[in-house]
Amino acid sequence: MSKLGEALKSGKFVITSEVGPPKGINMTSCLDEAKHFGEKVAAINVTDIQSAVMRVGSLATCIKLKERGYEPIMQMVCRDRNRLSLQSELLNAAVFGIENILCLTGDHQTLGDHPQAKGVFDLDSVQLIATAKGLMEGKDLAGNKLDGIPTFFLGGVVSPGLDPVELQIIKLEKKVRAGARFIQTQSVFESDKFRQFIDKVHSMGINIPILAGIIILKSVGMAKFMNENVAGVFVPDNLIKEMKETKDKQAKAVEIAARIIREVKPYCQGVHIMPLGWGHLVPEIIKQAGLSLTPM
Amino acid sequence: MIVAKRKPLDEIKEMLKPYNKILVLGCGSCVAVCMAGGEKEAGLLSTELQMAFEMDKTLPPSGGTPPGSAKQIDTITILRQCDREYIDEVKDKLVQYDAILSVACGVGVQFTAEVLNGEKVLLPGLNTTFLGATKEPGMWVERCLACGDCILDETGGVCPITMCSKSLMNGPCGGHEKGKCEVDRNRDCGWVLIYERLKKLGKLELIKDIKLPKNYGAVKRPDKIVHEAYQVVGKEEVKK
Ligand code: SF4
Ligand code: SF4
Repeated sequence: MSKLGEALKSGKFVITSEVGPPKGINMTSCLDEAKHFGEKVAAINVTDIQSAVMRVGSLATCIKLKERGYEPIMQMVCRDRNRLSLQSELLNAAVFGIENILCLTGDHQTLGDHPQAKGVFDLDSVQLIATAKGLMEGKDLAGNKLDGIPTFFLGGVVSPGLDPVELQIIKLEKKVRAGARFIQTQSVFESDKFRQFIDKVHSMGINIPILAGIIILKSVGMAKFMNENVAGVFVPDNLIKEMKETKDKQAKAVEIAARIIREVKPYCQGVHIMPLGWGHLVPEIIKQAGLSLTPM
Repeated sequence: MIVAKRKPLDEIKEMLKPYNKILVLGCGSCVAVCMAGGEKEAGLLSTELQMAFEMDKTLPPSGGTPPGSAKQIDTITILRQCDREYIDEVKDKLVQYDAILSVACGVGVQFTAEVLNGEKVLLPGLNTTFLGATKEPGMWVERCLACGDCILDETGGVCPITMCSKSLMNGPCGGHEKGKCEVDRNRDCGWVLIYERLKKLGKLELIKDIKLPKNYGAVKRPDKIVHEAYQVVGKEEVKK
């Protein structure tokens, strides 16, 4: 089992974080960001052509992280590859010893920087999880036998703030049934709503480690942007006010993130911190949230 | 029906530049209903073109563009350009023109060209856009991608392949907000539509099954269908 899988199995409160690959082959700032928290988190997500903006791929960046001794989580979206290419990329990952795979739909290509691109969506996220599980059982999607069988630790995502919540939970349950072993959520700012969501998940009998998404809130502008443009994310007025009134944005960002983590901690198995370039704050957030800086 | 939209006048004019005797060929079926290429629209388009070319003629040549030359633009509309019998009826007339601007869908343009078999140039006057229905007078909406393996029974009569911008089969992506799609906040999220419809029907359990990947090989493009009554084994290729 992957290190992430073991950390979750141990029952410890697990922290993951995230980097985004660069546009162009200069990996310095991406890898420098990982350096800030690489040894203090259980695993690092690497986004896959995030926001449909063309850049270095997830696999190459995962390999770089692994070379440095970090535990990568390779994100895979369904937008850019058909079932042949998705399965091949899963095998590629396994060849490099990358086991943690987070399967997502992917933002629509028209929202990115190549809006004229042809979208693929040959599989959806549930089918991608099931396909990866099939590879682990030695068969490809067409039922052909594999020579050399990969091991994965599969994950999916859910957006607790989206209505209708029942539809979210139906899809979440399918991901679990398809083979997901962990779930990371869209970013959470309202812990009450998050708790209600988790209650519903449990009442449906769904049992899987859930890591609450924590975005580092950098500015009032960012909060307003997310409220207007990011589905399922809502930054409440009191947080916007706090950001507005503070003289030290970074200190405030740390304080807010740590506070949300403390609030959601009783209801989940971990948190996934999305620093969006402010990776240097991750250790301080972990500290202020009262969590251990030695993940394993 | 097939829904299409007329190309911008400038683009059509540019295509027609090399030709003097031009026929605008209308189609009286789908594109007449969606007000893009029926008898009325074909007539309007030839008048517009006539005027536009006349204007060019009176303009002094600028930037190396010669003044437009005299053009003859006529119109004929047939019932369907996707049916050989209607094209055959006017074939003798069609061959008298330098170029034929077909305002049928892409099928009609190609099929007319196929019947004329290289005798005349066929040009497209429309951009063929989707298979749709008339939602309101003057408004057409897409509803089917002709996938060749219909699953509407599983989704309450709302097509996930068409109505979801990502053709997702197992539920929505994380991008819908207030029931609208991330691609266009004025358009309904197909998966929220499916959910609401199934809830009304009391059949929500239908979307709880994990749907297997779609068979995108169900249609062997370009595909062909031969009605059983017309299959002649051994002579005609039989559709399997
Ligand atoms: S499933 Fe959708 S795309 Fe396929 S035939 Fe039915 S309506 Fe058309
Ligand atoms: S928002 Fe809805 S319709 Fe749009 S891509 Fe996502 S699931 Fe499909």
